[in-house]
Amino acid sequence: MTAVLDAPVTTQRKPRDWRAILDWVAVHSLGLALALMFALPILFVFLTAVMSDSQAFTKDLWPHEWHWGNFVEVFQKAPLLKYLGNSLLYSLLATAGMLLSSIPAAYALAKLKWRGRNAVFLLVVGAMMLPPQVVAVPLYDTWSGLGLTGTLWPLIAPYFLFDAFSIFLLRQFILTIPQSYVDAARVDGCTEFQAMVRIVVPMARPGIAATALFCFLYTWNDYFGPLLYTGEKPDQWTLSLALSSFKGMHHVQWNLAMAVTLLIMVPAVVLFAFAQRSFVKGITFTGVKG
Amino acid sequence: MTATLERVDAARPAPAKGRSRSRARHRLTVLAFLAPAVLGFALFFGYPLIATVVLSFTKYDLINPPEWIGFANYAYMFADKLFLTAVYNTLWFVVVLTVARVVFALGVASVIARLKSGVGLVRTLCYLPSLAPPVAATLVFFLVMRPNEGPLDAFLGWFGIEGPLWFADPAWSKPGIAAVMLWVSGDLMIIMLAAVLDVPQEQYEAAELDGAGALRRWWHITLPTISPVLMFGVVNSIILALQLFTQAVVAGSAASGAADITGATKNLGFPENSTLTFPVWLYTQGFRYFDMGYAAAMATVLFVISFAATALLVQRMRKATYQEEGGPGA
Repeated sequence: MTAVLDAPVTTQRKPRDWRAILDWVAVHSLGLALALMFALPILFVFLTAVMSDSQAFTKDLWPHEWHWGNFVEVFQKAPLLKYLGNSLLYSLLATAGMLLSSIPAAYALAKLKWRGRNAVFLLVVGAMMLPPQVVAVPLYDTWSGLGLTGTLWPLIAPYFLFDAFSIFLLRQFILTIPQSYVDAARVDGCTEFQAMVRIVVPMARPGIAATALFCFLYTWNDYFGPLLYTGEKPDQWTLSLALSSFKGMHHVQWNLAMAVTLLIMVPAVVLFAFAQRSFVKGITFTGVKG
Repeated sequence: MTATLERVDAARPAPAKGRSRSRARHRLTVLAFLAPAVLGFALFFGYPLIATVVLSFTKYDLINPPEWIGFANYAYMFADKLFLTAVYNTLWFVVVLTVARVVFALGVASVIARLKSGVGLVRTLCYLPSLAPPVAATLVFFLVMRPNEGPLDAFLGWFGIEGPLWFADPAWSKPGIAAVMLWVSGDLMIIMLAAVLDVPQEQYEAAELDGAGALRRWWHITLPTISPVLMFGVVNSIILALQLFTQAVVAGSAASGAADITGATKNLGFPENSTLTFPVWLYTQGFRYFDMGYAAAMATVLFVISFAATALLVQRMRKATYQEEGGPGA
């Protein structure tokens, strides 16, 4: 293709080549600089995490000795397994509940025809954009009346009914499934429920995977929710919440604080490595159509 | 009502009867699919939104019953110096983050889009930080921007520059948080990258034949074509800035060396209340001082502002939805 385009201007070949090479060098050095800018902070964190206690206080960037034991020591210094359990409880249950409640709602918004559908969809978008702090006061009041503050249940329970972002994202995915597949299922005598379970869910699997990933990550990373409901109950803390107090708790043991910082990122990075395409597709969907 | 409908049906030919019955069944199906969502929306958005507005006119401490005090909470906002500080800080983030995130994400996306090799690697590296929990990302920058000892100061040292106290300096704490937010803006970069790559190639080729340079092509073709995505980036950034909480709390308490974030109130906003954002002050009033009425009044203000930002986006989406409906199948 390039050759064809270049053909009419062969007489100017030389200057064009020079410009193209310069352009290539400029763009690729910029790309390299960007990659470094994003990666270097993580590298510093890693290098600090394997330093000795005393070296972590210094200006040094490179560890004298590699203290891999720091990654083990953090488990002795703080009940990390307890926090990990709490984080998993929150993230896994919320994701499971979200899948149960959001897939039918997204199906109704994408594949069923009914009056008021657009209005309801706009409500979902509105809920998605609402800062969580706006509704925190009455919700905290209600949960405290039920005696459930100090646990993670006030954070998990809503996912079994309604999660605006997941409904939004799933609807966007399900919309891309051709209507003819659903119509064919109906002609074959499928009920709407059967059409959803047998046709739409298998076809929307990448979208469902992406939505589940985002839901897992959102809850895993959540700080405001766990702080609000379990801030005073350290045995209910999630990893994110515990990490925020880890630095102070151990008198700025930089190496250990950074070891925990790295450990807390592991699940996200592993998920990303396995499902990079779903991720990228999911992100693109939130923007292009939203 | 059902009886009336049936009597009307009886007078009509059979097909109409079947249609109306199936329509009722269709309505029931829709309701069944939506029932959990409707209940959830009512419980976790509808009710608390109304309750927030009602509570904002009361004095309420969670223990004694709410006491009606009219507009006193709203009037108090103008006397509350820290409220005004919080408004200023959040406005700072709204302006700076919106401009910086959109420009930065678009810049990075434009560079990645032009790469001929290493695209996957660069894209992955740019996106990876945004997977980090906000608490972790903030601590990462706290390490990098450590006064004197941190890598950033080491880097500046090469040029003979002595760095400030960064997160402990009121002039640098907000820019520091903004830097964290840019580092984790991978989502927006990916969205912009997809939009930039979606621009029809023929347009570029036509412009190139006309002799337009790379910069002019970017300005006259790329930018106008992706303007809907830019709009999304603006609204998305405004919403993000309005609810900025975690990074501010973590940066403030880490810089102050707080032993226990959750028990201490005096460290929120450190240094000199420069990280006291609107949601942080709302949280402090409601859940540290248990002045629920005042917190509800602040929540109402936050609701009105974020509603305005959302309306901007919804207006645009509505257009898109109608276009969809107007297409084949409708």
